[in-house]
Amino acid sequence: MKRIIVCLKQAVDVTQLKVDPATSQLLTASAPKKISDFDKNALEEAIRIKEKNGETEIFTVTVCSEDAKPVLREALAMGADKAYFVNDHTLQNVDTWATAYVLAEAIKKIGSFDLVLCGEASLDSFSGLVGSRLAELLDLPQINSVRKISVEADVVTAERTLEDAYETVKSKMPALITVTREINQPRIPSLMMIMKASKKEIVTWTVADLNIQKEKIDAKNEVIEVLAPKTERKKIMITGENTKEIAEKLAKALFQEGIIRR
Amino acid sequence: MGENKDVWVFSEKYDLTLEIIGKGREIANTLHTELAAVLVGSGVEKKADELIKYGADRVYLVDHPALEHFQSEAYLSVLHSLAIKYKPDILLIGSTKNGKPLAARLATRLETGCIPDCTELSVDEKGRLIGERITYGGNAVAKIIFRSKPQIATIPARVFKKLKLQDRNGEVIKLDVKIEEPKTEVVETKPLETSSINIEEANVIISCGRGLEKKEDKALLEQLANIVNGQVGNSRPLAEDRKWFTEWVGLSGHKVKPKLYIACGISGVIQHVAGIRDAKIIVAINSDPEAPIFEVADYGVVGDLYEILPALTEALKKRFQ
Ligand SMILES: Cc1cc2nc3c(=O)[nH]c(=O)nc-3n(C[C@H](O)[C@H](O)[C@H](O)COP(=O)(O)OP(=O)(O)OC[C@H]3O[C@@H](n4cnc5c(N)ncnc54)[C@H](O)[C@@H]3O)c2cc1C
Repeated sequence: MKRIIVCLKQAVDVTQLKVDPATSQLLTASAPKKISDFDKNALEEAIRIKEKNGETEIFTVTVCSEDAKPVLREALAMGADKAYFVNDHTLQNVDTWATAYVLAEAIKKIGSFDLVLCGEASLDSFSGLVGSRLAELLDLPQINSVRKISVEADVVTAERTLEDAYETVKSKMPALITVTREINQPRIPSLMMIMKASKKEIVTWTVADLNIQKEKIDAKNEVIEVLAPKTERKKIMITGENTKEIAEKLAKALFQEGIIRR
Repeated sequence: MGENKDVWVFSEKYDLTLEIIGKGREIANTLHTELAAVLVGSGVEKKADELIKYGADRVYLVDHPALEHFQSEAYLSVLHSLAIKYKPDILLIGSTKNGKPLAARLATRLETGCIPDCTELSVDEKGRLIGERITYGGNAVAKIIFRSKPQIATIPARVFKKLKLQDRNGEVIKLDVKIEEPKTEVVETKPLETSSINIEEANVIISCGRGLEKKEDKALLEQLANIVNGQVGNSRPLAEDRKWFTEWVGLSGHKVKPKLYIACGISGVIQHVAGIRDAKIIVAINSDPEAPIFEVADYGVVGDLYEILPALTEALKKRFQ
């Protein structure tokens, strides 16, 4: 029996995020939350590996100061077998170091595994550090930004896209892989799957349950300001009787802006 | 903590190293410390001098056949040994697909913080590094500081400019360090076709999104680009989903700063817009009057790009005559 652990972040749905126009502050607290996109790809990939290779169990791990159970139910409906949820209010301002540290301790408590899958980065903060930090803390071989995975016996082969090359990388398992969005299209669970998932277990732990000393998860970074960039655009709509007229008006405007040259 | 000093620069990509030296020089000057470049590879010794001429005061050189190609464990162990030995205050690492994981692992091994993908770096009155980065899918810019040392930040390509080659002198320190055994093996590499043109440098960019029906229709954009001396770009789905191209503009792609950006058949989802914020003028051509791109555009045209683009090309041609 193989075991795949998928790290899932509950992220702010950035497409539904509102900005307070007076202060340029983001209204993150009231924004809807969801499974971070790339993490969903990681989960989908785990399910596909299971469908192909059989005899595999999939556990998800989530670290969050707020409630994330509805999001974890969705993961279980998609096909995860069990969800582990480290839920602790002390985790409110965690940075990538602390997040990875708590994930590592949770994974150690879960026990053995063959593969850890993470998204390449999260939808909201888009840091892309946690997977690598986790690989370091668990002393695992790591393959990043992967768009194809195949598993055979105890070897995983992965394809990744670099700036100037495609690379195929092999590693012995256990290993940690971070995936990109192009790796797959995550499934939408059916009603049946959603019903079945209600019987699956969500194991909830606190930081204390993991015997983590408080100093170990002190943040190494501090965010001192988050502001929406000011965009002052003219928002002039160009209309006209016909395409030709519109095009000529636009061409004239661009000339007047002094921004085009032959 | 007080003993950490100097600003260090590393990237496995040579051009990016030079760009980061450009910014690192400025920070080292502000802090009145020295700027060191870490040069790792096989047969790279001859480049050390050039790094000094581009602005470094010192080069730590680790030259070994096992380091010919980037390998995470090997490169990590080299940087880790050097960091333990010389204790840099600030370490700026190139944010590539290999460099960022390297920075993250190094920061973890040194139990310190890391700010990824900085678009600006500065130093506060206490001499602490402040990194700025785009966050929340392009909705915001965050300023971040450290509570630990060394202060590690990663820098994407083409954010900073390399300095002019100067006649400068510096010190090259050649080191032998223990190299960790690789845990992964690269079994195949294939070159990826990237556009040789540098879209970040373009003055005019005409970009297409999913509104483009066929790859060949890109010719419509190229015709316009030819007239105005511009380049052609695209949104991510044309690369990721349709595989027509390998690169894209946006948060996870190229961040551009042209004088003019024309978005054709691009809806204007924030992840795309995050890449064009620094454009002087944005023009949107979209058949859907409700498309969010119009909210971030200076000039908007509701219409079919297949009609508007050729007409705009004609209109500009006429004006140039
Ligand atoms: C974490 C993350 C990072 C991402 N990073 C990026 C990124 O860096 N860059 C990026 O581009 N995307 C990125 N995306 C994807 C992004 O969310 C959008 O899916 C993408 O930008 C949409 O591309 P589009 O505008 O081409 O397609 P669509 O959203 O499908 O828009 C197509 C538009 O074309 C218009 N149209 C159709 N036919 C015509 C016609 N004949 N004439 C005129 N208009 C027409 C439609 O009205 C529509 O508005 C990212 C997503 C995530 C989750």
